[in-house]
Amino acid sequence: MKAARFDYVRAVDAADAVRCLGAGGPQTKIIAGGQSLGPMLNLRLARPDKLVDIRRAADLAAVAATADAVVYGAGITHAAFEDRLVPDATPGWLAPIARGIAYRAVRNKGTIGGSVVHADPAADWPTVLLALGAEALTLGPAGPRAAPLADFLVGPFQVALAFDHLLTGLRLPKRGPHARWGYWKFCRKTGEFAKAAAAVLHDPDRGETRAVIGAVERTPILVPDAAELLADPRAAADIVARLAPERAPAAQRLHAEALERAARLALAPQEIAA
Amino acid sequence: MAEQDLKTTGGVGARVLRKEDDRLLRGRGQFVGDVRRADMLDVAFLRSPVAHGRIVAVGKPDHAADLVFTAADLAGVRPIRADSTLPGFRGSDQWPLATGKVRHVGEPIAACVAASRAEAEDLAEAVRLEIEELPAVVDMRRARDAAAPLIHEHWAENVFLESTAVGGEPLAPLKAAAAVSATLQVRTARQSMAPIEGRGTVAEWDERLGMLTFTTGQQMPHVMRSGLAGCLGLEEGQVRLISPDVGGGFGYKGILTQEDVTLGWLAMHLGRPVRWIEDRREQLTANANCREHHYDISGYASAEGDLLAIECAAIVDAGAYSAYPFSACLEGAQVGSILPGPYDFPGFKCDTFSACTNKPGILPYRGVARTGVCFALELTMDALARQIGMEPSQFRIRNLVRPEQMPFDNIVKKHFDSGDYPEAIRQAEAAIDLAGVRLRQARPEADGRRIGIGFAIYCEQAAHGTSVYSGWGIPFVPGFEQATARLTPDGGLEVRVGAHSHGQGMETSLAQVANEVLGVPVPKVRVIHGDTSMTPYSTGTWGSRCGVMVGGAVATACEALAERAVAIGAHLLQVPAEDAAVVDGCVRSGAASVSLADIAHAWYRRPQDLPGDVDPGGLEATQGYRMAPNDHGTFSYACHACVVAVDPGLGAVEILDYVIVEDGGTLLNPLIVDGQILGGLAQGVGTALYEEMRFDASGQPLASTLADYHLPGAAEVPDARIIHMMTPSPYSRFGQKGLGEGGAIAPPAAIANAVNDALHPLGVRITESPITPERVLDAIAAASSQTKEAAE
Ligand SMILES: Cc1cc2nc3c(=O)[nH]c(=O)nc-3n(C[C@H](O)[C@H](O)[C@H](O)COP(=O)(O)OP(=O)(O)OC[C@H]3O[C@@H](n4cnc5c(N)ncnc54)[C@H](O)[C@@H]3O)c2cc1C
Repeated sequence: MKAARFDYVRAVDAADAVRCLGAGGPQTKIIAGGQSLGPMLNLRLARPDKLVDIRRAADLAAVAATADAVVYGAGITHAAFEDRLVPDATPGWLAPIARGIAYRAVRNKGTIGGSVVHADPAADWPTVLLALGAEALTLGPAGPRAAPLADFLVGPFQVALAFDHLLTGLRLPKRGPHARWGYWKFCRKTGEFAKAAAAVLHDPDRGETRAVIGAVERTPILVPDAAELLADPRAAADIVARLAPERAPAAQRLHAEALERAARLALAPQEIAA
Repeated sequence: MAEQDLKTTGGVGARVLRKEDDRLLRGRGQFVGDVRRADMLDVAFLRSPVAHGRIVAVGKPDHAADLVFTAADLAGVRPIRADSTLPGFRGSDQWPLATGKVRHVGEPIAACVAASRAEAEDLAEAVRLEIEELPAVVDMRRARDAAAPLIHEHWAENVFLESTAVGGEPLAPLKAAAAVSATLQVRTARQSMAPIEGRGTVAEWDERLGMLTFTTGQQMPHVMRSGLAGCLGLEEGQVRLISPDVGGGFGYKGILTQEDVTLGWLAMHLGRPVRWIEDRREQLTANANCREHHYDISGYASAEGDLLAIECAAIVDAGAYSAYPFSACLEGAQVGSILPGPYDFPGFKCDTFSACTNKPGILPYRGVARTGVCFALELTMDALARQIGMEPSQFRIRNLVRPEQMPFDNIVKKHFDSGDYPEAIRQAEAAIDLAGVRLRQARPEADGRRIGIGFAIYCEQAAHGTSVYSGWGIPFVPGFEQATARLTPDGGLEVRVGAHSHGQGMETSLAQVANEVLGVPVPKVRVIHGDTSMTPYSTGTWGSRCGVMVGGAVATACEALAERAVAIGAHLLQVPAEDAAVVDGCVRSGAASVSLADIAHAWYRRPQDLPGDVDPGGLEATQGYRMAPNDHGTFSYACHACVVAVDPGLGAVEILDYVIVEDGGTLLNPLIVDGQILGGLAQGVGTALYEEMRFDASGQPLASTLADYHLPGAAEVPDARIIHMMTPSPYSRFGQKGLGEGGAIAPPAAIANAVNDALHPLGVRITESPITPERVLDAIAAASSQTKEAAE
């Protein structure tokens, strides 16, 4: 399949991209790494009139650190995380997560922002960032805004973003040396999307315990009482049965395994990657 | 692999690096997609969105009615027919563009022509298609139900062909005497063959020659030329087929396609070159076309471990149409004859029918029928061994044909040529360390996974000829094989063959055969193939036949050439021809010698130096080959053994170790043999663990990209160890045995047996491929609820 006809413009920065979106109207779409949009264009599942390419927008690939958080530009590639070209808001957790996404060729182009806006239920960043308590930073004609990721991800392949708005970045709270983390996913083969995934965070300094069940064919599920899970990871099966009852029995077993294993990783003594 | 073994020249048995890899590995191969022609138009097909339906109307877009073609436009074109000659066969008309009805999703309905593929797809979208959807036949087991809709209305039922194979003694007494029996329901999923390069064709009409040229990846150029000429109403001489580099065939490119017939008509009608390049979506959705079998199989054995009988009812889901040239029944017609496998036992019966369903017509995929058959039989063997309480490998050894019985006519009169089947198992047991694995299994694994070991053995008939294929009823039957050998004026050698090399390395292995006979260095031997205008007729590359048949033909042609060269060389040396022979690229007599280059120079440039009685045929010879003294072919065989770790929480299977003990007779080039085996193994791992095209109840294929249809990648294919046995075949020119398909036959059986060995303590027996995590988890859950029920 070849894409249907579309026009193409390149944005120089975030503000320019927002202008282009506004000028183009609702049938205009951002293209970042093109790793999800490209196939959808070719399968004619996406039929925008116009694409606004943000790959050359330098401000969208920038990183800014404050005392408490790191803001990652939406245009930062998975490969940049994998290669540790950007500072890590966590004690070294992000690089291995990035390395587990797809294949290197995809990681060279695919971006964290594209992943979040595409909101594939089985993708890595939405599950991980939800567990890390990230905020989505957006820019629209009326200026910038910030929203918890849980509010930004509204459904499978759906985010709360008006057509003339742009995701500019993701703000991650910094995690200190006492924080514990477990991310576990099950893929049928190397580089494939996960069939089950789960992330568990325990940050005693901030008093936060969060657990997320991903790859459930809907928005990743934030577990309401994650402490129960950390107290006994075997609670995973009950938690999954409660929160994802619609999943087939075999799928539920996989989700429970993922959640239990992520919890055990978070409980295990952790080696912190340099 | 010892680097120093690698050679650039050598005869039969030398580890010569593949000549073709120089261009292929540098990205300089020339595939259909690389062909450029001035004025070329791209074609996109409008395809059926439903599995079964009546075409009510096809409305061409008003702005481009002259660029859209339907069946009504293709005047004079005939449907593709591939009729089995077996009694009771029901034939199908497969029109190049659907006529009246559509019978599977993806069936081409209209051809849309434009300057680019994207614009051609725009046209296809603009066609107004009205279809009245009909209920579809999706499950082969329901195909003959009284309520099933008829796919071909004039048939009595949705069955292409039924057949029965019987052999040996009556079953009833054997069954009565058996101490143990096992009955299994075995299923293999429908797959899409997935060569990296899909299909593709450029068709162009040459007014000067009055000739239609197809450039298309094709395993069987000459057979397809016949098919194309027949459908287009042309003389065969008006059709030329060129097969350039091919990015994988496996059977997918040994078929006359509706697209190609349509392209031929378009090229003639439009007077411009036309091109169609299949995309992955078409390949997956319109062409999930192989492997789907169902078996109800029972095995019977004595308490001591003697296999007594196998009884089986098999169904092959043959899809909607009988594909040219192999027909819808190549698999169905041979299931019964290959099911006895390499074993010697007294009672056998197998009923098979080929069901017609609303899916793409079945095509022969590497391992044709054997992959499913081996799966069914070898799972049954394990089930019996378990009941007897015997090590499954030992149970096999006890029942295999023994070396001292060779050559051996088996229970259905297959004539095994040579080999030591039990030894293959013994070597595999040692290499995989059966005893060590059994010890390891006695202790729980630290990570909670379960370890299992599995064996599977098969024998693969290859290069079989007329007598065998005429019995299977396929519409074209292979006979002899020819090759042409020509010494060029500069002393180089051209070898022309009508089969096609598309990954098999024949540009190298056939050059080695020529080198073996004539001594011309491999780099100076040019193997010319893939063009019906430049090569002798051949039925082509299929059935693991080329090493034996084409290799035999090249040797025979080179021998004829050698004789002529000796006559001239002896004259130049002034010795009697009886005292001279070709050695290392020269004609020698004692210490005197003259090079083939000098002999060629004499023949082409200085005929005045030739003997008066020289054979005017010169230094070019076309010779034929046929196996002798019989044409039953060769039987390569292999035992695959593997160790797996199964995660009972995830249903995930990891292959920890994989061993292949293989006997391909004399190996023309061991490097190429290993490559063939490893490539087949990768496909076998796909069948075992990943590849499955599921259909919904209305016949919609449920995967349309490789994100949904999983192929094994580099990380999923084990680093197998291959051990060669090399028992020469008494019937082939060098003792070589055909083995190109074998790698893909045993992996599903070996892996499934290993998984079942691992999960046996949980009461699990999986008999369906692929072995997905869901299947494993469901099987574990079912077994544990059964145990609970039993306990209650
Ligand atoms: C073979 C393959 C395997 C993959 N496996 C995985 C995997 O295992 N795990 C995983 O997580 N992902 C996987 N992916 C997806 C990959 O990570 C993509 O890179 C990612 O989903 C999208 O990022 P992108 O930059 O390519 O976005 P694009 O494809 O360019 O865009 C995706 C969508 O987001 C919108 N968009 C992009 N950026 C912005 C922005 N800044 N503001 C507003 N809208 C925006 C676009 O309009 C589009 O709708 C895989 C992809 C492929 C091709």
